[in-house]
Amino acid sequence: MPLILGMSILLGCQFLGELLVHALSLPVPGPVVGMVVLLVGLMLNGRVPSGLRASGEGLLRYLTLLFVPAGVGIMVHFGLIKTDFWPIVITLVVSTTLTLAVTAKVMEWLTRSTPQDPRDALREDRS
Amino acid sequence: MSVPALDQLWVYLSASPLLSLLATLLAFMAATYLNRCLGGTPFLHPVIIAIVLLIAFLKLTHTDYATYFDGAQFIHFLLGPATVALAIPLYDYRERVRRMLLPIMLGCVAGIVTAVISTVSVAMLMGASRETVLTLAPRSVTSPIAMGIAEKLGGIPSLAAGLVLLTGSLGCALGPLIFRLIKVRDPSVQGFTMGLAAHGFGTAHSFSSIGAVAGAFAGLAMGLTGLLTAFILPPLVHVFGL
Repeated sequence: MPLILGMSILLGCQFLGELLVHALSLPVPGPVVGMVVLLVGLMLNGRVPSGLRASGEGLLRYLTLLFVPAGVGIMVHFGLIKTDFWPIVITLVVSTTLTLAVTAKVMEWLTRSTPQDPRDALREDRS
Repeated sequence: MSVPALDQLWVYLSASPLLSLLATLLAFMAATYLNRCLGGTPFLHPVIIAIVLLIAFLKLTHTDYATYFDGAQFIHFLLGPATVALAIPLYDYRERVRRMLLPIMLGCVAGIVTAVISTVSVAMLMGASRETVLTLAPRSVTSPIAMGIAEKLGGIPSLAAGLVLLTGSLGCALGPLIFRLIKVRDPSVQGFTMGLAAHGFGTAHSFSSIGAVAGAFAGLAMGLTGLLTAFILPPLVHVFGL
């Protein structure tokens, strides 16, 4: 029953996340807090149970499928999109390009200036 | 089978969650196949093709979105546990994350500020309505968080969810081009950038076409961006007088 155990752990963490969000009225959704809960749990446990890995990686492999139902919802807003069509399209393209470029450059510059562990390169070569 | 019997069967099927679920899975498989036939082009992301196919199907069968979502919500629901599951790759690469903690935090803030300022200023320059600007503002954040933020600011939550998806597929298409153009090769930097700019789409894309390290960093960036944007965005939007 490892898969059921894995799924129960994921749902349990999400449940704890939702509880924390409501109790502390946090401005973030429950699953994100659930992710933090699971991470802390894994750190304390010291390893990932095999059932949890199987169900978690199964879900992540099909992550894009999970966005489809919400995405179809755009059909409800065709009218609104039509009135502001060009502002929306140009904003999305310009801003996404800028965000990608700035983030990548900043990250690269910052990681280059922090000392790298030379063992890393070896480890990656082997894998 | 006679025509009236077929009619009744259709009435039964279209009201049950079975049809929406099956249609969603079939559309996704067809979209993945189509995308592969087109050489895996990132400009026609399988999710976008699947969404277009499903909207066409719903329009043709005169099914409204609420009826469709009654069935498809079972797939939608899995987004919650999938978000939680992002902790697994994060745990696997914890050493690397720990070493890069400062660049990660600074990079995240720089990315969010760029995303919000460029979005709001371009949208205002283009003459978008106030409502549209406020709906666009949280577009680089994963949809459940973006919907919450849009609502708080005075935008339209469900439209925000759609714009988030468009941003995600756009990010997947533009990301590899931009990385080549500005010569960024480190998979952890690529993954982090994709997760920040294109949330769940970028994360899925990083897992499938860059690798597990990139996927872990994308998941981290997605979660962190969601958390930080909720705090950074409202004061930033006030600067623009909205």
